[in-house]
Parts: sequence; structure tokens; C-alpha cells
Amino acid sequence: MAKTIEEINEKIQQGKAVVVTAEEIIDLVKQKGVKKAAQEVDVVTTGTFGPMCSSGAYLNIGHAKPRIKLGGGRVYLNDVPAYAAFAAVDIFIGANALPDDDPRNKVHPGEFNYGGGHVIEELAAGRDIRLIASAYGTDCYPRKRLETWINIQDLNQAVLFNLRNAYQNYNVAVNLSDKTIYTYMGVLKPNLGNANYSSAGQLSPLLNDPYYKTIGIGTKIFLGGGIGFVAWHGTQHDPSVLRSENGVPRRGAGALSVIGDLKQMKPRWLLGISMLGYGCTLAVGIGVPIPILSEEILTYTAVTDGDIFAPVVDYANAYSNLKPDILGEVNYAQLKSGKVVIQDREVPTASLSSYSRAVEIAETLKEWILSGKFLLTEPVAPLPGVESGITFKPLKERPIAE
Amino acid sequence: MAVSKRIVLHFPRRLVDRPIVSRLVKDYDLEFNILKASVTPEEEGLMVLELSGKQANYDKGIRYLTESGVKIQSLSQNVIRNEERCTHCGACITICPTGAFEVEPLTRRVMFYDEKCLACGLCIKACPPRAMEVHF
Repeated sequence: MAKTIEEINEKIQQGKAVVVTAEEIIDLVKQKGVKKAAQEVDVVTTGTFGPMCSSGAYLNIGHAKPRIKLGGGRVYLNDVPAYAAFAAVDIFIGANALPDDDPRNKVHPGEFNYGGGHVIEELAAGRDIRLIASAYGTDCYPRKRLETWINIQDLNQAVLFNLRNAYQNYNVAVNLSDKTIYTYMGVLKPNLGNANYSSAGQLSPLLNDPYYKTIGIGTKIFLGGGIGFVAWHGTQHDPSVLRSENGVPRRGAGALSVIGDLKQMKPRWLLGISMLGYGCTLAVGIGVPIPILSEEILTYTAVTDGDIFAPVVDYANAYSNLKPDILGEVNYAQLKSGKVVIQDREVPTASLSSYSRAVEIAETLKEWILSGKFLLTEPVAPLPGVESGITFKPLKERPIAE
Repeated sequence: MAVSKRIVLHFPRRLVDRPIVSRLVKDYDLEFNILKASVTPEEEGLMVLELSGKQANYDKGIRYLTESGVKIQSLSQNVIRNEERCTHCGACITICPTGAFEVEPLTRRVMFYDEKCLACGLCIKACPPRAMEVHF
């Protein structure tokens, strides 16, 4: 039955491709069995929408008259510092950047109302952004100061370039201490008061392709409401973690680095958010199509929330002190039921990623493919798999002697 | 018929130092639970009450408050979810002490039941996209 991506693309162009979401495929496989479903279905679409901190965007703002060299100078976008260490007018804004005068956690928990993620959202929304820059001045770039409104429409390039997105599985965060803690996994109430998770589970891209058999460098994806590509494996990519018999990682594992034209993206899928007591970040929407090239690949896409296990981690101690201890494992069906049992106690659960938005992304990508405007790409190189031996190492800290 | 409603009272400056709410008990046989009370720098008073009693007494009590010069609003008019910003993630669900947020099991969308809301404000900063707003 083996199909090729080329054959699937021909069917897409002829309007004959069968496309279903990673949620729909579950029932389809139950009804028809793997063999029949694999013959019928050409593409399974996945989706995820949640906070993805290692996100950012680079901009080329065009040259001012007279010219200014921002590289080596300082640049602020709506008071949020951007990285200016490239050529004259290329800058990078990271999702976690904060205005210099933000009080941060001076009064704990800090609010973090506006940061780099919000600037990226406002750029995508087409709103004007205030750019203030200072430079040291050179013979060829004499100007030392620039204050101007910029708008994404006028920029030469505005490119979303995220170092680590779409994590393949993630911790369930709890708090064993007797004080409320404020984390990137949300507000965690004392004494196991709540458990927060962040994954689209059965809809999540890499959980539907656990061994990266179809998703690779060059894979075309839904990114922030526009079209993007997988650029590389994500930072902290960790394919060698503990896996279930179905191949699904039981810990945070693989990740994607993605890139795409910010000018096509929409704030509905790229939203600046504030984590109380932690900082600013960006909620990113990603959808990846999985070509059904074999029965094996189809079997992976039929994974259900009940088949995917995540570790429960104490963020008051084990996480912050980099201890490997976990309090047990729970699956996403249990997490989505609203409560899980941890240490013999019933703990209410909440999600930080939006499952309803993940469904919307998988549906949107399905529509794009069915309409013939989105063709699949052949990866140009695979992501490092289990055999690569790549692991996620801690810092080898070597104190510097005085 | 008994009623129980959550209301927001705005006291003008001239009423801030008068015993007004206590007369709801004495003269109108109503019970109240104070959910929030404050006096602003402009010396206007704000009180969020759960007020309960017989319908006829409740209506008379409300008339008394209005005639005294107190402005009254229903609490649910003050707590608003910005639907543009809400992503239906669910971070609010375990934060809310009264269970005013619930996931709709089929769509996985987060429902906000404003009649359960006490306007405590805990969800405002715990909401990552800052979709919850309280206006008094």
C-alpha cells in the first residue's frame, strides 16, 4: 500500500485526497481497522496552540536617510529591547524580552503585562510599533539616533524564527510546598492544590509521529496562521527518553525549530501572554500534516489521549533544583477529565495549551489541503532520532576561580 | 418567594460615613454577605453584597438604597471576559475559588458562568492572555 508524498500531492491537486484530523483518525481506525484506513486516508493533520517561550522574530527595517548602523547599538520596540548585533538594520526580538523599566519580580509575583511576545503579536496584527534606537555612528553610517513608527507592511522582512516549539510531551506541574508558587506552568497552589499540563495530547504534532518518520527539516507546516517550515530540530531535542510500547515518549522529548513569514501570520494564532510571577512569552499555533505513507505511520497517528503518559513534577523543589524525581505518571485522558490522583489525593487539573484552538488548527490545515492550496513537502533531512544518541544535557558548570 | 442576588453598590461621598446597609437587616428583614468593601481616594464607597430575603422585602430594600442615593448594578455586569483574547486554555479553572469556569467536555471550550463569580479578581492576573476584566 506504500504511498509516496508525490502521489499524495497529485491526489491533492486533483481534489481527490482524503484528509482527516488526528482526532478524527482515532474513530476511523476503530471502525475500519488499520489496513483499510491506511488505504483510504492520505493525510492526517495535527495541531497545537500554547505558550512556546523560545520564540522570536527577526526584522529588516530598511535603511534610514542618513544611514544608521543598529548593529552594536541599542534598539527598543515599544520600549522592549530587541537584539541588535547583526548588520546595519537587522534586529531580533525574543518573546521573553521585557522593557528595561518593568518592575519584574521586585514585588512578587510580578505582572509582566507587556514584553517581546506582545510586540510580535502587535506586529502580526499590523499595528504601528514605536522604534527607538541609538548607535555609535561611523563614517558610512553617521546617524546616532532614530525614533520612528514602523509597520510590518513597510519592513523588508519580518520572519518568525522559533528555536524550540511543539514539544513532544511535557511535564505535569504541581506544588508540594505550603506556599503558592508562580511558574511558567501557571499559578500552582500549595499542597497539591492543582496540576497544570500543557500539550494537545492526541492532536499534538510530534506525538503523532513519535519516531520522526515523516516530520523532518523542510516539512511545510501551519505556523501562526500562515505557512512555515521546520528549520531544524528544536533546542533541547531529546529523542532518547523513556518511551511506551507504542513508541510515544513518556517525558518531554523531541522539539521543532520553525520558521515562517510573519507578514502572513495572524494574532489569533500568535498571542503575547503574561505568566504571573514568571514573565512574558508567546502563544504559538502550529499544525503539521502527516502523510500516511504506510500502515505503521497511520498506526502512530491513531494514538489517543489514554495512550500518552506524562510525568508529574514538583515545581517547588524537584524542578527548580534539577532533581530527576517524579511523583508518578498520568495520561492525557485522565488530565482532561478535570482531576487526577497524585499521592492518593484527587487533584484538579488545568491546561495551559488550548485544545479547542489545536482542533481549529488541525481543521484549518485540513481545509487548506483539501482546497489544493497546501501541498506536502518531502523533508530534506530527518530530525535526529533515537539512534542519534542525542540527549538533553545539564550545564557542565565550572566555577571560575578569582 | 425568596431571592438571593449579588449586587455592586456605589456610595457617593456624602453617604460614605452613614450606616445604610445595616438598615437592610433592621427595617427590611434581609440578610447580606459582604464580598468586598472599599473607599476610594475620592471618598466614594464601593460594596459588593450578596443580598437575600423575600422578594417583596428585597424590592423594598433596593428601593430604599436607590432613594438614599446609592447606585446599584448587578455583579455580572462588572466581570467581563474579553472573547477576542480568551484562547480557552483553561489556566483559570483551578484558580477560581467558586468554580465559575468549566470546560465544556465536547468542544473543550472554557465556559464562564458569571452568576457564580464573586469578583475576587484572582483570575485576572492568572489568565495568561489577560482576557478577564473587572470593572467597578
